Amino acid sequence: MTGGFKGRDIISIADLSKEDILKILDASKSMEDNPDPNLMKGKILATLFFEPSTRTRLSFTSAMEKMGGQVLGFDSDSVSSAAKGETVWDNAKMIEQYADVIVQRHKVEGAARVAAEAAKVPVINAGDGANQHPTQTLLDLYTIKKEKGKIDGLNIGFVGDLKYGRTVHSLSMALSMFNSKQYFIAPDTLQMPDSYIENLEKHNISFVIGKDLLKYAKDLDIIYMTRIQKERFPDPVEYNKLKGIYQIDKSFLKHTKPDVRILHPLPRVDEIKTDLDDTENAAYFRQAGNGIPVRQAIIALVTGMI
Amino acid sequence: MAEKEIVVPAIKDGTVIDHIPSRVTLKIMKLVDPQEFEHAITLGLNLFSKKIGKKGVIKMSDKFLTEDEIEKIAVLAPLATVNIIKNYEIIKKTHVHPPKLIEKTVKCPNPNCITNMEKITTKFHVEQEEPIKLKCHYCERSMTKDDIVLN
Repeated sequence: MTGGFKGRDIISIADLSKEDILKILDASKSMEDNPDPNLMKGKILATLFFEPSTRTRLSFTSAMEKMGGQVLGFDSDSVSSAAKGETVWDNAKMIEQYADVIVQRHKVEGAARVAAEAAKVPVINAGDGANQHPTQTLLDLYTIKKEKGKIDGLNIGFVGDLKYGRTVHSLSMALSMFNSKQYFIAPDTLQMPDSYIENLEKHNISFVIGKDLLKYAKDLDIIYMTRIQKERFPDPVEYNKLKGIYQIDKSFLKHTKPDVRILHPLPRVDEIKTDLDDTENAAYFRQAGNGIPVRQAIIALVTGMI
Repeated sequence: MAEKEIVVPAIKDGTVIDHIPSRVTLKIMKLVDPQEFEHAITLGLNLFSKKIGKKGVIKMSDKFLTEDEIEKIAVLAPLATVNIIKNYEIIKKTHVHPPKLIEKTVKCPNPNCITNMEKITTKFHVEQEEPIKLKCHYCERSMTKDDIVLN
């Protein structure tokens, strides 16, 4: 679906065309370059966080308040009506009476699509279980574009837990609309699921599957690090074996292009040492900051304010 | 033709579902509950088929399928044919085709999908017809023929 954004829901990267993505990235740049503290004056954003997520919720709240809008919501299902057994559908039907736009995070996959079908006002998915988190993907794309000046023609490496990492799956899908080469660097047990590899083949996108980060480091323009999540492993021995295999520090930069950019959806554990933080190559905190203009652009677009 | 009739006897009135892959024939059989169904059902398995190799055939006397039932057959056996029989003659032959959007007849195999948590009608997009590949409209999980469970 392409065209105007007013009234649209942002549920999945799969719903967005390349043109849509570029429009959101352009609008994000305008938000950053020319902030308007009154753009959303008189408008209300509801943040429905059935599952806690401090960074995403605060980022949306900050985005809305910097545009003069107001925010209401909750940040745990124990304080919401879900604790009383209210369905996602009913909850969205109720909240549409109170707000101009809804942001929802839920641990159940597909909950965002249901809320979007229920509510008359636009719904933005801030994560539905292991499925989608499209605003994270859009801010990742915005970061790549801002750091490197382009998205096409880059070598982009994903490192770590590629099997369970939702952000990696969505970003790979989005990048398949651009002409970048993708590198998947992970142990066999945490490699990219077949369905995402098939998607790249369908779009004729070049990709490399490997294990050895040092072997590919010199080719990469972007290194997208991920956390190897303890909770994904039924066997703690297996976790201990894999957790430290992709730790990088300042000395790692000897193996990379001088202008490589390192991204991470955060929070990190120990895969990026803090001595990297003050290098120009470390883009992960700037990446988190980019959540503000990107989310401002999305809120303003779907409410028809820009 | 004569040989086939010996293997699976002809019916006077009813429905013949033909060209079912043998391995899903019993699944399709479950569209009717044989305990409740009053009329004759004849089942053939592992019959030779030029089109699909080993096939199954189900003949149900005095049974005419609903659109939902035909949709379920299309999902499980996209190459099947459904023949309506009146007085021993085929009066209508339908090559089943899964619709682009399959509503309510299939269950999502993902236990963490909202359709398995709340009362939501399932919806699946047909990504590929043969071999069939479906994508859940809600949780976006893809499934192949082995994962398909009917509602």
